[in-house]
Amino acid sequence: MSLRSPLSQARGLGSAKEGVGHWWAQRLTALALVPLSLWFVFSVAHYRIADYATMVAWLHNPYVAVALVLYFVALFYHSALGVQVIVEDYVANEALKLSAIVLVKFAHFALGAAAIFAVLKIAFGA
Amino acid sequence: MTAKPSPGSNASRPLSPFMLGQYYRFQISSVLSFGHRLTGMALSFGTLFLAAWVMSAAAGQDAFDQFSACARSPVGLFLLLGWSWSLLYHLCNGVRHLVWDAGYAFEKKNVDAGGWIVVVASLLLTAAVWVAAYV
Repeated sequence: MSLRSPLSQARGLGSAKEGVGHWWAQRLTALALVPLSLWFVFSVAHYRIADYATMVAWLHNPYVAVALVLYFVALFYHSALGVQVIVEDYVANEALKLSAIVLVKFAHFALGAAAIFAVLKIAFGA
Repeated sequence: MTAKPSPGSNASRPLSPFMLGQYYRFQISSVLSFGHRLTGMALSFGTLFLAAWVMSAAAGQDAFDQFSACARSPVGLFLLLGWSWSLLYHLCNGVRHLVWDAGYAFEKKNVDAGGWIVVVASLLLTAAVWVAAYV
C-alpha cells in the first residue's frame, strides 16, 4: 500500500517538490550545446575573429546572430545548473548555500542578458 | 532528537581530498569524472570572458581591439588553449554521459573504452580547432 496521495503520484515531484526538472534541463541544454559549441568554436577559429570588421560582418549574418543567441541561452542556463550542483555538493552551511545559489543564478542571468544584448545590438546594425 | 555527529569527532579518519593518491588508486573513470567537473568550473569562469568579448564588440572598435590584443597575448593564448580543450573535453565526456543516461555502455570494458575515446577525441578536436585558426 502506498501512503502517497493520487495527486502526489500524478505530479511525481517526490519529497524535494521539484522532481527531475533540474536533471532534465541539464540534459536538454547539454544536447543543444553539442552542435552549437562545435559550430561556435570552429567558426571563431575558421574566420579568425580578431579584428572588428570581421566580427561585425559575422554578426550581421542573421543565421549567425540567431545561432549565437541560442548558444548563449543554452550555455548560460547549462552553466548556472552546473555551478548550482557544485555549490550544493560542497557548501554545507544552509544560509551560505542558499545565498551562493541565488548569487550564481543572478550572475548567470545578468551575464547571459548582457551577452545576448551585445549580439543583438551588432546584428541590428550598430 | 539525535545530535548531529560533529565533523571533527574522528579526526584521524582520512577524508576525501586527503585520500587521493595516498590511499585511493586512480582509475580512468574517476579521473575523467573529476575532469568533467573541473573543466565545467573552468568553462563557467570562461563565460565571463565570453560575455566580455561580445560586449566589447558592442561597445565599439577601440574596446574590441583592446580585448583582441589581450586575447592574442601569450597569457591570452594560453587561456584560450586551456578553454578550447576544456570545452571539447567537457563536450565529448558530456556525450558519454548522455549515452549512459540513455541506458547504454555501462559494462566496465565499455566505460573504460569510452573514456579513452573521450581523451583521444578531445585532443584531436582541440588540435583541429587550432589548425583551423592558423592554417
